[in-house]
Amino acid sequence: MVVGKQTLMGINGDEAVAYAAKQALVDVCAVYPITPQTIIVEKYAEFVAEGEVHTEFVRVESEHSAMSACVGAAAAGARTFTASAANGIELMNEVIFLASSIRMPIVLAVADRSPSGPINIHCDQTVSLAQRDTGWIMLYCENAQEAYDTTLQAFRIAEHADVQLPVMVMLDGFVLTHTLENVYLLEDKVAHKFVGTRVPMEIEVGGQKIPLKLDPKTPITIGPLALFDYYLETRIQHHEAMERARPVISSINDEWAKLSGRKYGDGFIQSFEVDDADAVIVTTGSTAGTVRYVARQLRAKGKKVGLLKVRTFRPFPSEKVAEILEGVPAVGVFERTHSIGSLGGPLFNEVRSALYDRDKRPAVLGYYGGLGGRDLHPDYFETIYKELFKVKQTGELPPRPVKYISHRE
Amino acid sequence: MTTAKIKWRPKIKEIARQEEYFTSGQRLCAGCPAGTVARLVMHALPRPENTIISNATGCLEVASTIYPFTAWRVPWMHSLFENAPANASGIEAAYKARIRRGLEKEMPDLLVFSGDGSGFDIGVQAASGAIERRHNFLYVIYDNGSYSNTGIQRSGATPMYAWSTTSEVGKAEPGKPVWRKPIALIYAAHNPAFAATASIYHWKDFMQKVRKGMEAEGPAVIHVKAPCHRSWRYKEELGMQMSKLAVETCYHPLWEYDGETRSYSLSTASKVIQKKPERKKPIEEWLEPQGRFRHLFRPKRRDDLLKEFQRRTDEDWEHILRITKQ
Amino acid sequence: MAKQKPSYKEIPAAAVAWKPATDYKTGDWRSKRPIRDTEKCTRCLICWVFCPDGAIHWDGEDLTFDLDYCKGCGICAQECPVECIKMETEE
Repeated sequence: MVVGKQTLMGINGDEAVAYAAKQALVDVCAVYPITPQTIIVEKYAEFVAEGEVHTEFVRVESEHSAMSACVGAAAAGARTFTASAANGIELMNEVIFLASSIRMPIVLAVADRSPSGPINIHCDQTVSLAQRDTGWIMLYCENAQEAYDTTLQAFRIAEHADVQLPVMVMLDGFVLTHTLENVYLLEDKVAHKFVGTRVPMEIEVGGQKIPLKLDPKTPITIGPLALFDYYLETRIQHHEAMERARPVISSINDEWAKLSGRKYGDGFIQSFEVDDADAVIVTTGSTAGTVRYVARQLRAKGKKVGLLKVRTFRPFPSEKVAEILEGVPAVGVFERTHSIGSLGGPLFNEVRSALYDRDKRPAVLGYYGGLGGRDLHPDYFETIYKELFKVKQTGELPPRPVKYISHRE
Repeated sequence: MTTAKIKWRPKIKEIARQEEYFTSGQRLCAGCPAGTVARLVMHALPRPENTIISNATGCLEVASTIYPFTAWRVPWMHSLFENAPANASGIEAAYKARIRRGLEKEMPDLLVFSGDGSGFDIGVQAASGAIERRHNFLYVIYDNGSYSNTGIQRSGATPMYAWSTTSEVGKAEPGKPVWRKPIALIYAAHNPAFAATASIYHWKDFMQKVRKGMEAEGPAVIHVKAPCHRSWRYKEELGMQMSKLAVETCYHPLWEYDGETRSYSLSTASKVIQKKPERKKPIEEWLEPQGRFRHLFRPKRRDDLLKEFQRRTDEDWEHILRITKQ
Repeated sequence: MAKQKPSYKEIPAAAVAWKPATDYKTGDWRSKRPIRDTEKCTRCLICWVFCPDGAIHWDGEDLTFDLDYCKGCGICAQECPVECIKMETEE
């Protein structure tokens, strides 16, 4: 369903993100190029060259400086955007922690790519998922349309008065960043109205309400040294802001649905045929599309299979995930990452932990695969469903709950 | 713009009645000249009330903003060690873009502070990039010649042979084995609008350079020698004298670079020595009062090392004389 | 008993500092205090220039040492061109 006038364009995921940032009236875009994010910065450079944006486009000398410039810009009141991938995110890591801790509502598009080494430019989600404790809101996209929709929503979520936290928007490298899809774009004026103008958060200093902004009219000190006597309190404030983001993510998802006709579940998860399912695969990103395809085919053959796509990884929708999965006989969590030396990957651990207090806990198996851009063929997911059915029928669990797929033995 | 203007001179009796934008109650060590650096910079700014500061991690940052306290009465931000110039790039970009959209009226002045840890080592990349991009900011690097904040480890600014906690003095090594980085020349080679070396003892010259640097259109860098008695191991009241001797021995000559004419010139204190070379003091006069060079004098005088230190100092000074030759 | 520090609900968001440093008296650190010979003093203000702590005030006519903040480093005494400042050990 498409509401109102929208333009259909044949663009890839990177371009979809660039168009969204343009329509979001970004004040400052500080970026450093890295494959497979490059099309975002190249497209944005075209907007700048043609005078189509008012943005200050800061072509920094590293990702560390990209995020640092964003922090400075956001602290000075700007709407701020950047994009990166893999090694770039790793180099930014220090600033990523910092940005959220001082409540800078930056939007960061992450073109998910494997970390080095060996050096690899293709897709997996290891690096973005490794950011899970940085205190950022994390949104995973399934396709280019969702990348466009989510990027615009990200500015609203980040800058919401109750939230004021940075947001990462993840799109799978090459699978989404470089693949041409049909994407509906809102009219500029509709998008502008949706994002509005950024208002810096209000803080109370010395009994006075002033903006959290580097402004000579209201001088403030951002980034002091807080030790054992106060550090923990500032961290709890951060945690509370993340909790306040939950209703905001859902309501902005609803608002977007009214505007565009596109809705992503409740903003956190999207389920497909889970109600009576005997086996459900939980996954994130573009893999959800492949799994949905497989599930649809199996359903046509009468197999009771379902899909649970996790769109929002932070704040993690534990309650919602548990509600849906409780009572399902067997659940497979597929992750395009791995956590060496752990029982399972980040998504596996979240899902399993969410179910711990439930009476009817499913068997939960974990699967790692598709690392380094290894193609994820539908057959793999058919096999996972088969294994899940076997667990349901026999009640027997494999010796280890998590295993690799898609590799050569 | 910088050269055409009438030279600003700090009138101390007027300045001393001005508001302090960097206040008392900061917790730098007693006798730490970084406090003097920050105070004098604030007093030399053309528009202190309309200035935003980005401060790298370091002694000044830590000691001035121990939560919940702040010694700054201007908008001030610290984020990390190596990124203060990148932060400043973002602040400038924000105001530029928002002025373009009619959301702000006026561009504030931008000041970046860092110590030598950031200015010489970990933050060189961010500073180099920000200068290349021609952001309009003044970068003041106060050089106390070590990572004093973390317990006196050697930096790219630490002098050769100096003791530090990571360049210990022993049988195999006489302190730091290599010479310091010519950081002001490195930044000046970027062709900023203005660059200079300064010494906290030569306060008028320093304040004038701050004013010039801030008024210059484009990036400006000042490398100011600000001794640290904890690291250099001298008596705490001698900070200004140590900085004076660094200039008089030509270990830290004073000069400036004008981006408009692309020329270097000697500042008064060093020009005097150029004209009357007999006024150049032997390097020993700077080294001996400092405990970090104690092993060059006791238990046995190390003439070989002293000679080498003097040779390197002279070589650098000759280089400065060459490039500042009109 | 010392006053309890505020809860996380009472402090400003984003760890913004909320007290002026002047509320913290560094004068407590001092082991020596500056004593000035007002006859000898020429009011050249060199001491004001070099004081790292901004602990010397000039009202347009005379100087005062602010012992709330003076850490007793002795730079003023060292740099005074007429040697009118002496550092005396605190009792």
